[in-house]
Amino acid sequence: MTTAPAVRKAVVRPADRIFAASTIVAGSLILAALVAVALFLIAESIPALLADPADLPGSPDSFWAYAAPLIFGTIWAAALALLMALPVSLGIALFISHYAPRRIAQLLGYIIDLLAAVPSVVFGLWGIKVLAPAIVPLYGWLVDNLGFLPLFTPPVSGTGRTILTVAIVLAVMIVPIITAISREVFLQTPVLHEEAALALGATRWEMIQMAVLPFGRPGVISAAMLGLGRALGETMVVAMVLSPAILITFVLTGSTNSNTIAGNIALSFPEAYGLSVNTLIATGLVLFVITLVINSIARYIVGRRKAFSGAN
Amino acid sequence: MSTSTAASPETTSNGITNSLTTGRLPRWAPWATLGASWLASLGIFALMAAATGTEFNIVLALVVGIVLFNILIYVISRLIEGPRQATNRFVTSLVASAFAIALLPLISLIVTVVVSGLARFDLTFFTNSMRNVVGEGGGAVHAITGTLLITGMATLISVPVGVLAAIYLVEYGRGRLAKAITFFVDVMTGIPSIVAGLFAYAFFSLIFSDPGVRFGFGGSIALCLLMIPVVVRSSEEMLRIVPNELREAAYALGVPKWLTILKVVIPTSVAGIATGVTLAISRVIGETAPLLIIAGFTTSVNTNLFADRMMTLPVYVYNQYATPGVDVDVYLDRAWSGALTLILIVMALNLIARLIARMFSPKLGR
Repeated sequence: MTTAPAVRKAVVRPADRIFAASTIVAGSLILAALVAVALFLIAESIPALLADPADLPGSPDSFWAYAAPLIFGTIWAAALALLMALPVSLGIALFISHYAPRRIAQLLGYIIDLLAAVPSVVFGLWGIKVLAPAIVPLYGWLVDNLGFLPLFTPPVSGTGRTILTVAIVLAVMIVPIITAISREVFLQTPVLHEEAALALGATRWEMIQMAVLPFGRPGVISAAMLGLGRALGETMVVAMVLSPAILITFVLTGSTNSNTIAGNIALSFPEAYGLSVNTLIATGLVLFVITLVINSIARYIVGRRKAFSGAN
Repeated sequence: MSTSTAASPETTSNGITNSLTTGRLPRWAPWATLGASWLASLGIFALMAAATGTEFNIVLALVVGIVLFNILIYVISRLIEGPRQATNRFVTSLVASAFAIALLPLISLIVTVVVSGLARFDLTFFTNSMRNVVGEGGGAVHAITGTLLITGMATLISVPVGVLAAIYLVEYGRGRLAKAITFFVDVMTGIPSIVAGLFAYAFFSLIFSDPGVRFGFGGSIALCLLMIPVVVRSSEEMLRIVPNELREAAYALGVPKWLTILKVVIPTSVAGIATGVTLAISRVIGETAPLLIIAGFTTSVNTNLFADRMMTLPVYVYNQYATPGVDVDVYLDRAWSGALTLILIVMALNLIARLIARMFSPKLGR
């Protein structure tokens, strides 16, 4: 006759409970912080959204009439930056992952990461004092020769403080982000796929076309979106380099440019009071929503492949 | 198809043609082409500069040289090796050029900051504030103390919260809450810094019902919002690579879970966590926009985080550039020196992080 052994329950000590609870609190605090950001921005935006539009800065027809040029400028500058940064970043990522000798590949990665370490205010200073003066002749040439295109309608800016200059600096700033993630994805390509392609006589580029790029496509898309998110929210470069105006224009080389949401906040906030503060916060809320949506989509795509993420 | 002479690698010493290497460019060919196209481009630009009396633009010459190289290598390879190899060589040179293009701004930026920054990189800069300074002189001691205080406070808040949240995700987290935290931590890394500043402003102006609220602690809160996700992500990764055998050994000895985490898991991964924290600090120490909004600017030293405006180094750089006095150059020199200080701090933090990672990393292999 055997009796079933008595089931001993695991001892739960008070210290265990306290420790587990404190980690849960810390984790939940992060979610709470994100909710709080949304709530407090909404709370401070409501006065601007409900106010008589005539009281808003510049007396627009409505809040959206005030915000539209800013939203346009934000997206336009970020899209231009992405357009320039994406091919370069993919080139660098491929260079580091598949072309450079193994021994120096890591060093090259560090060098590109150095770009990410430079504070944005230093990029702004460099953009306005080095890049803008240096690029004026190019703008002159573009407007003289391609002035018939709506992108380069004369007159040309004499200072180089145009949206194209801003976009170039933004592109430099997002290259390390896109490169870092694409590099990770490219390195995860199954080696067997690569070797199979090479064994069939493919050149290195054909192997990349057949094995690496199809495998890395989702990762590259989300890397591009993360870069876009960064470019949308970048403040100091726009505030320092751009010569802003309140209008919607596609001209890249003129002296009047659509401002961005973040740039407008940085320029106007220190002197703002009363309702104009609420208006600026409302535009900030719009920016928050735009970046949140773009980042969520990017993270969703990345999240389906667990191993990599931009924060590492 | 071959255009080579007897000395090329296509024929071996006994005169038999090696079919594996025929129709291939020798290994030195791309480098020779690159050198030749740079020489040609530099020569043309030097001649043009001499002829028109304009300045010799070496950057443009090098860039044109690279473009010339891309075209040349494609044409040469197409003639000798055929279209497939030509495309391959073309892409190889394009990819290498992309890397070179990215280096241009980095080099230009570092050279400019160092050269322009050294003008005012002196003792006065690190001992004086801008109080009652108009024109020459003055320094950034108020901005440096402000940056250290605000970033230090942000680190004090972010590290416990971030590390505890990472412990939750790795050791306890199962189910929906953990998934939500992981997802939103990733989303939070993309919050624009200026939105973090606006949040801190909205939060404190509603709490104190003071529409003009400006103080250092608010800046710390804004920086926390940017720093916590980075700390969580890096700590999480470090905790995950702690081998499970260590935990199981501790449990087998009857050690409670919380002590296992505190005495086994954390000491094993502490180097990695420290590296992550240092990198997170270097990421937020250069943030300008949120501090511009919630910490404001001032010209004197303020060591009280909870009252009055507080200057920080990035805002100092921006302020010196944006609101210069009569003698613009003096203000710009100070801005560049501030930028140099900032870059030196960030580089030092990065270096420290790598050193910690290298020196204290646990030896996992046997």
